Amino acid sequence: MQLICQHVTKSFEAHGATVEALADVTFTVQEHEFVCMVGPSGCGKTTLLKIIAGLLPPTSGQIVIGSTPTGSGPRPAMVFQEHGLFPWMTLLDNVAFGLKMQGIDRAQRNDRATTWLERFGLAGFARHYPHELSVGMRQRAGIARAFLIDPKILLMDEPFGALDAQTRLILQDELLKVWLASRKSVVYITHDIEEALRLGDRVLVMTGRPGRIRADFPSPIERSSRSSTALEAKEIDTKWKIWKMLEDEARASLREAI
Amino acid sequence: MENLENVGRRSASESPGSNLKSVLRFMRWHIWLPILVIAVLLGLWEIAVRNKWLSALLFPAPSTIFARLLVLLNSGELLINLGQTLARMLVGFVAGGVPAALLGLLMGWLPRLSRVIDPIIAAIHPIPKVAIYPLIMVLFGINEVSKQVIIAISCFFPMVINSVAGVRQISPIHFEVAHNYGASRRQIFTQVVLPGSLPFMLSGVRLALNTALHMAIAVEIISANRGLGSIIWFAWETLRVEDLYVALIVISIVGVLMNWSLRRLALRLVPWQKQEAG
Repeated sequence: MQLICQHVTKSFEAHGATVEALADVTFTVQEHEFVCMVGPSGCGKTTLLKIIAGLLPPTSGQIVIGSTPTGSGPRPAMVFQEHGLFPWMTLLDNVAFGLKMQGIDRAQRNDRATTWLERFGLAGFARHYPHELSVGMRQRAGIARAFLIDPKILLMDEPFGALDAQTRLILQDELLKVWLASRKSVVYITHDIEEALRLGDRVLVMTGRPGRIRADFPSPIERSSRSSTALEAKEIDTKWKIWKMLEDEARASLREAI
Repeated sequence: MENLENVGRRSASESPGSNLKSVLRFMRWHIWLPILVIAVLLGLWEIAVRNKWLSALLFPAPSTIFARLLVLLNSGELLINLGQTLARMLVGFVAGGVPAALLGLLMGWLPRLSRVIDPIIAAIHPIPKVAIYPLIMVLFGINEVSKQVIIAISCFFPMVINSVAGVRQISPIHFEVAHNYGASRRQIFTQVVLPGSLPFMLSGVRLALNTALHMAIAVEIISANRGLGSIIWFAWETLRVEDLYVALIVISIVGVLMNWSLRRLALRLVPWQKQEAG
């Protein structure tokens, strides 16, 4: 399903002053498209994702999903950063949470959740609590929870940010595999440029605060060859272009902070 | 590389055995040492009283206290008084703690509500609740109800404060997840607010029950014909000091058993926090 972000701005009141977090963000995610967003820290990426998810209202502008503005249309599902699972629920209950909220009965939701646990190699941990599992396993479960409700649009907020490099590569591959089978529209936030190039069809680069879209790169990597192999020359070129841009933005926001 | 592996293997094969042994050794000391210390102290006390180094009037020998304990047990007097105290505690705890838990959950969840009620609680909480007891007796009469009411009031505060804190320490991300998956307000309450605050609520229950025990003894000392507190008061009035010690021992046992079973209950109810609850 298509997602359009139209002239979205967001400002917060903090200590009597107005802080502009997002300034006129406009972009479109086509049906079946995987879009990654990179940007300097504090540029409002997470805020933008929450607005798309309908968790925060935009100050102005609107989000259109399919043909309806959010609020009436289908809800995008969000995969959260670390700590997105409920500590008081077993892995099975966590993964089945979305179905439970939809009022699906226990037998059926456990059935469907178990299939997804199996797909991510977590079948043996259904009765475990999140604190008994590694960060990688928890994030797999977080992804399974989102895929399970079969959303038209998937929003991911640095889901692999807290993982070690090796686990991150493995989970990227697993994510690509399940995504290729369903081809949902995805908005994926990361601060890892290589990850963005490897996963995304497009990479959007955001400016420092207030965030807006600075550049829009198509990923130079062919979809078929996207996996955890090393980047090739053309890809490295794009990576450095993005890197330079982010460095600019980061320096600019540092100067402002001083 | 090979060396490294050997080192790993050796320590792996050695450590579980020696760990187990040291744990057992620790456990044994952990259990026996306090008992030994208490036994020695009681023995010294007994000897001191028999040799008249200590006044038997103020410090009856442990053997005398124990004999009196058995007498009071056999006559049924002790159990009737214990039952009376426990009944008061329980009624007061339910009457004060349950509404407090609900109010606390709502306050923690709805900031506007807590902004209204917070100052009221902050103003009343520091008053020692026993200081309100005369007022309660004026309002309800010198009877069972006034005792239950004052115990309920004293249970109310630790319970409400812990429930509020319990909800407030739930990470905002869990509310966002629930919203994102379309949870209704009722579902947010049952799936997030209630289970998320449970660990804090359970320590609220423990604080409230301990407060209830203290308050029950206090009001029984002030005005009661039955209850562990009244045993203490009559013992003072008739100078039967061994009764006083018997009551203190029973109160201590009630407290220890209560806290022990609450810890067990917490392990059962909050399995996701085993490491902290234990």
